[in-house]
Amino acid sequence: MLSLYEGALDVPKILKEWYEAEATSNYGAYIPFVGTVRSEDGIEGLSFDIYEPILESWFASWQEKAKEKGAVIKMAHSRGDVMLHESSYIAAVFSPKRRVALEFIDEFVEDFKASAPIWKYDLKNGDRIYAKDRSTAIRGSGILGEKQ
Amino acid sequence: MVRVEFLGPIQKEALELEITNLNELAAILQKDEEVKEWLANCAVAVNDNLVTSLECELKSGDKISLLPPVCGG
Repeated sequence: MLSLYEGALDVPKILKEWYEAEATSNYGAYIPFVGTVRSEDGIEGLSFDIYEPILESWFASWQEKAKEKGAVIKMAHSRGDVMLHESSYIAAVFSPKRRVALEFIDEFVEDFKASAPIWKYDLKNGDRIYAKDRSTAIRGSGILGEKQ
Repeated sequence: MVRVEFLGPIQKEALELEITNLNELAAILQKDEEVKEWLANCAVAVNDNLVTSLECELKSGDKISLLPPVCGG
């Protein structure tokens, strides 16, 4: 399940909804990861652009991998502005046993950072500045560039 | 006609081009002052599927997307 929201996530509500949705699914483990905007470098918040078609197919391929292990992944992300101490990202894995969920949440969040088509901007002094130095080129990038 | 969209922080309007493969697109964009600095780090999708080679034939109505470096979360 992939859910996108305008602005900050209502973390308690989303975690509760996911918990209740799977309460009788016989999963032994529910491992959520919540990403919260921290105060650093004078930012007022972060802002996000999302390209939904590719995000959906990327997420669907992870859901398939999870299914092979008897697990399920849920993810929520913000679009637009998210201010300090608010949250923009939640990922969670439900699985029969804890080991699968612990390993899966790690792999999933790492690949999310490297592959999910989401762009981050710092909100600073009224400007929206692309977080270029913290961004990662998607695997296979550069084919249109000049040959070295 | 092929539509070329520039996603995220690349501030450029979509282009409509008469091209038949990605090599032609590479040649056009390498001469584009607004875009050429992005090319070395951009991923490319054809009809929302990421491609990793220029050996890709295009037909009228195809959509190409350029995806600059990402940072979700």
